[in-house]
Amino acid sequence: MLQGLTQERDPNVLVGLDRSDDAGVYRLTGEIALIQTLDFFTPIVDSPYDFGRIAAANSLSDVYAMGGRPLTAMNIVCFPIKELDSAILHLILQGGLEIIGQAGAVLIGGHSVEDPEIKYGLSVTGTVHPKQCLTNAGARPGDLLVLTKPLGTGILATALKAGLLDQSTTAQITGLMAALNKDAAEAMVEIGVNACTDITGFGLLGHALEMAAASNVGLRLYPKKVPVIPEAKTYAAMGLVPAGSYTNQKFWTKDLQIGPGVEPILVDIMCDPQTSGGLLIAVPEEKAPSLIKKLVAKKVAAASIIGDVVAEPPGKIECR
Amino acid sequence: MNKIVDARGLSCPQPVIMTLDEIKTTQEDKILIMVDTDTAKENVCRAATAQGWAVAEIQPEDDGYRITIRKED
Repeated sequence: MLQGLTQERDPNVLVGLDRSDDAGVYRLTGEIALIQTLDFFTPIVDSPYDFGRIAAANSLSDVYAMGGRPLTAMNIVCFPIKELDSAILHLILQGGLEIIGQAGAVLIGGHSVEDPEIKYGLSVTGTVHPKQCLTNAGARPGDLLVLTKPLGTGILATALKAGLLDQSTTAQITGLMAALNKDAAEAMVEIGVNACTDITGFGLLGHALEMAAASNVGLRLYPKKVPVIPEAKTYAAMGLVPAGSYTNQKFWTKDLQIGPGVEPILVDIMCDPQTSGGLLIAVPEEKAPSLIKKLVAKKVAAASIIGDVVAEPPGKIECR
Repeated sequence: MNKIVDARGLSCPQPVIMTLDEIKTTQEDKILIMVDTDTAKENVCRAATAQGWAVAEIQPEDDGYRITIRKED
């Protein structure tokens, strides 16, 4: 999208347009770098309050993926104010504010436009020490890969849209998507890891491939070890796979080597676009046990080692 | 006379919902479903199979696919 758009280089841009990373990072001083990101989307659940929580957690996630701490947030709102009750918008913003509070950040403004389709999200500013900023480019051969949330929210959101999802699974995915990556990020920063990205629209395999390419390494994933919301398998088999999963699969296929023993439905799930997904972390092998221990202590219950990093072939993923 | 479900122009999960509804209510043992995306084709075939129906034929058309599904005995 940005091809052909050029600008003068600024040495303080630590992560910019030329990188396929989660947020932009700009060095202010030797001690402080600014992390900036924004994201907004259309409702994914029926409850306006829960939608607000999910959209906010999703927007804040990019700061956590860079190893940073969010400071301020601004609302981005599209709403058909003439057609819908403003109480709905109030609930969305209330949900968002609750999550901003949980993140320890503050809401300092925002902007709304009239639009026939509801959209909500945040522009978030955070900080990180320039030397501690985590990107998807730091994975090293020998690292282990850790995923902190189970996959399947895209499939289950499609089932919800179809009116087929029961209340308890709806509550489960709502809780997962509204959960901040704050604890997971704090754990990895305390332990010290090599690379991180968050899993969103490209699915696990897409974001893992970006990490492989940016780090110039190969990744080996063990699909049976990937945490999955159990109901996602059922609904994927029933044909409730979002178009994005098929698109992702098609788009990434040349860089994927899928072993003969891998269930095809797990490939669909590993390509499933996630909303407010977990962190994918590359951690030196000797630190992996203490990272998992810390994640579990912080109640990041799904955290699992799902693969490792190899030198060859760079930019590719093998699923075995 | 086969039942026909025309799900062209609709995005997922709509074609799947229409297929599942038709499977639930039909008295026929064959249903023809018309879709216009690869996603809908794949998902409709999965939906039918998961309900114990067989995909008898997938006929590519200029503007999509005609999928015939058959009730298994």
